[in-house]
Amino acid sequence: MKYSAFSILKQGLSGNKGWQPAWREPEPKAEYDVIIVGGGGHGLATAYYLAKNHGITNVAVLEKGYLGSGNVGRNTTIVRANYLLEGNEPFYSHSLRLWEGLEQELNFNAMMSQRGVINLYHSDGQRDAYARRGNAMRLAGEDAELLGREEVRELVPFLDFDNPRFPVHGGLMQRRGGTARHDGVAWGYARGADSRGVDLIQNCEVTGIRREGGRVVGVETSRGFIGCKKLGLAAAGNSGRVAEMAGMRLPVESQVLQAFVSEGLKPFIDQVVTFGAALFYMSQSDKGGLVFGGSLDMYNSYAQRGNLQTVESVMEAACAMVPSVSRVKVLRSWGGVMDMSMDGSPIIDRTPVEDLYLNCGWCYGGFKATPASGWCFAHLLATGETHELAKAFRLDRFSRGYQIDETGHGAQANLH
Amino acid sequence: MASLITCPHCGTRPKEEFTIRGDASPVRPQLGAAFAAWDAYVHLRDNVRGPMKEHWQHSGGCRRWLVVERDTFSHAVHAVTDAAEFARGQAGGPGPAAKPARPARAAKAATAAKGRGQA
Ligand SMILES: Cc1cc2nc3c(=O)[nH]c(=O)nc-3n(C[C@H](O)[C@H](O)[C@H](O)COP(=O)(O)OP(=O)(O)OC[C@H]3O[C@@H](n4cnc5c(N)ncnc54)[C@H](O)[C@@H]3O)c2cc1C
Ligand SMILES: [Zn+2]
Repeated sequence: MKYSAFSILKQGLSGNKGWQPAWREPEPKAEYDVIIVGGGGHGLATAYYLAKNHGITNVAVLEKGYLGSGNVGRNTTIVRANYLLEGNEPFYSHSLRLWEGLEQELNFNAMMSQRGVINLYHSDGQRDAYARRGNAMRLAGEDAELLGREEVRELVPFLDFDNPRFPVHGGLMQRRGGTARHDGVAWGYARGADSRGVDLIQNCEVTGIRREGGRVVGVETSRGFIGCKKLGLAAAGNSGRVAEMAGMRLPVESQVLQAFVSEGLKPFIDQVVTFGAALFYMSQSDKGGLVFGGSLDMYNSYAQRGNLQTVESVMEAACAMVPSVSRVKVLRSWGGVMDMSMDGSPIIDRTPVEDLYLNCGWCYGGFKATPASGWCFAHLLATGETHELAKAFRLDRFSRGYQIDETGHGAQANLH
Repeated sequence: MASLITCPHCGTRPKEEFTIRGDASPVRPQLGAAFAAWDAYVHLRDNVRGPMKEHWQHSGGCRRWLVVERDTFSHAVHAVTDAAEFARGQAGGPGPAAKPARPARAAKAATAAKGRGQA
């Protein structure tokens, strides 16, 4: 069923009785050409592009909960391509381009809003670092603008510009960055994959990976054994658990990150603004709630909930950046389990196990990567070749010394 | 995360007094160990779902490094040992435990000051 203004009108006039479910709920088949573990954004996008770009439709996505119950439905929805390093920026740039055409592509309203992302700077050193980053972005074909203090003031007048400790000197702006509706993206890809014949199997937890003669032959699940010719793992925060089923240890730690939403306000903040004096960022949802977050809780966790200490420091940062929010009430907060890699960058690669492929290490920034990650992972699964844009995301880069370490922190997962 | 951690030196204290470094299980290989052993030590993790041993520092108290056994799913704290004592007790360990790296919070503050890290 195609969604359009006409279909809304037609359904509205006929009592909204004619809507169809957006995807089927099939029973698992005995065998598939490709099985993807994880019905988050990356798993669903991979299935979609396997069908769309490569014509491979005998595919199942196995999800232990419901589609979008993981990080894809928990993130703060920021989409941007403002990376510094060569291995990263072309990939995220491609992702942003896919975002720009995504709604037409999927015939689904993902509420993609290119409202601009501003990274504030508060010192000369920070300004230089952002100038360098902006130049790197422009060299990779992205848009970047270094704004001065008055230019930022025009866009975001209520910042604490004259804070004696962290005065706002300006910001790095990427105008094409912004936000998208996170679960809408998962639903859009799910519907697109399903309509091309992909089986989306929910409430199906993978509990084992069966191998014969060193090759993957299928997975044990809570709904029985399902055979496959190729297996792709896209389990985000649970990547370590799933890889362990194939005897692998990953350069990844699972850590919790929290997010917050305030009561609804009138239009207040038009862009995504990130603070340069603490880990903090804020935007406003279309419903009016301020959406914001900060740093990881810093310890390993699989619990999808965080600690009050982090809540307090996030609130402090909020009030430091935008003093006027001090009276705003926070409505909700939650946590998601991040697959923090040892260099802060992702992995899209084959594994030492034949026919087993890995997609993980997205840290707190994998939402923006969803389209390109699916694109490149589908390419790898379909052709056996690494996609040009993902060639830096090799699993063996750690042992070979080719880390892509944007923050320069070394192998300490919680610092990336 | 539990709100209280019992320091073997100072007694039961709020969690906010403690700073985490990370996984305490990897043991630094002997000098001259094979490259693969170093790679595994630096990069690969068990990433346990359940009871896990971690290095925490009682940074707001006695400043000793501790090994905290904590459940990464329920967040309950099961045991806390002084890191030196833990290293002595580690069967087959290579003598005193590797000196923990600088505390995560301090490094995090440095990151923040550089203005990196966004979602
Ligand atoms: C609070 C928060 C804020 C964030 N903010 C941003 C942001 O602003 N911008 C940005 O780009 N990124 C952000 N991220 C990161 C982003 O959400 C993730 O990197 C990304 O969603 C991960 O990929 P995914 O969507 O495939 O993961 P998920 O949605 O987590 O998908 C993985 C799926 O695998 C399933 N699974 C796991 N184990 C099994 C198993 N054994 N069997 C079957 N299924 C299994 C899980 O149930 C889950 O549904 C944020 C994350 C959090 C938590
Ligand atoms: Zn103490």
